[in-house]
Amino acid sequence: MGTELENQIADLKKQINLLKEGTKDQLSMVVFSGDMDKILAALIIATGAAAFDMKVKLFFTFWAISALRDPAKTGKGKNFIEKMFGMMLPKGSPKLKLSNMNMCGAGTAMMKGIMKKHKVASIEEMLKTAAELGIEINICEMSMNLMGFKKEEMINYPHMTICGVATFLTDAAESKIQLFI
Amino acid sequence: MSTEELKNLKSNTIVDARGTACPGPLLAAKKAIGEIESGEIMEIYSSDEGTKNDIPKWCNKMTHEFLGIIEEDSYSRLFLKKA
Repeated sequence: MGTELENQIADLKKQINLLKEGTKDQLSMVVFSGDMDKILAALIIATGAAAFDMKVKLFFTFWAISALRDPAKTGKGKNFIEKMFGMMLPKGSPKLKLSNMNMCGAGTAMMKGIMKKHKVASIEEMLKTAAELGIEINICEMSMNLMGFKKEEMINYPHMTICGVATFLTDAAESKIQLFI
Repeated sequence: MSTEELKNLKSNTIVDARGTACPGPLLAAKKAIGEIESGEIMEIYSSDEGTKNDIPKWCNKMTHEFLGIIEEDSYSRLFLKKA
């Protein structure tokens, strides 16, 4: 009888600890899409959350990593396929396209004009703000390798790390909000 | 607070976020609140319609006291007291 009670208490303690972990005032977001509009949305939510004093962790994976490339930098030691990928994928955030109504780039250019008119910050400006607010950017190493991107061709961002899915899972598990964009 | 009371209020700092779009006014408010002391009054100018709903929610979360809004011709003045 005694051990049963002890087991029950141990089980309860475990559950309480799990609850405690999940209540961090933190936002974890998977940024998967390389579309300009979706990355902009991700950054608006991220900086907004930082204004709410939330800790923000962005996990950049697959197509989204293109947004973090620095057009002025090149990666070294790429093979033929990696070079092809590098050429075909957008080189940095100014080259990203709209997910809808791109119209061979005309739609994206028009949208950028409208954004300027409405004083909506560009992705480049948002990334600068994100850095000031201490927003963490974690880049998925596996997708970086798939795309053939090298660490040295990424923008200078003060809180950037290369990591794996375990980092995202740990961050997401203790966050109040998790999003996938 | 009533508009009359707000008009007589002396702000310790004014954040002019007119012309910026979401999340501009919120980020400007977040930046400026760090520069005033607890109990001081901050005033935000915003021409972004959504800010009128956003700032009271932000105040609620950050435990600042939202005091009210004065509507001007092309913008709003939002008042809050730092927690």
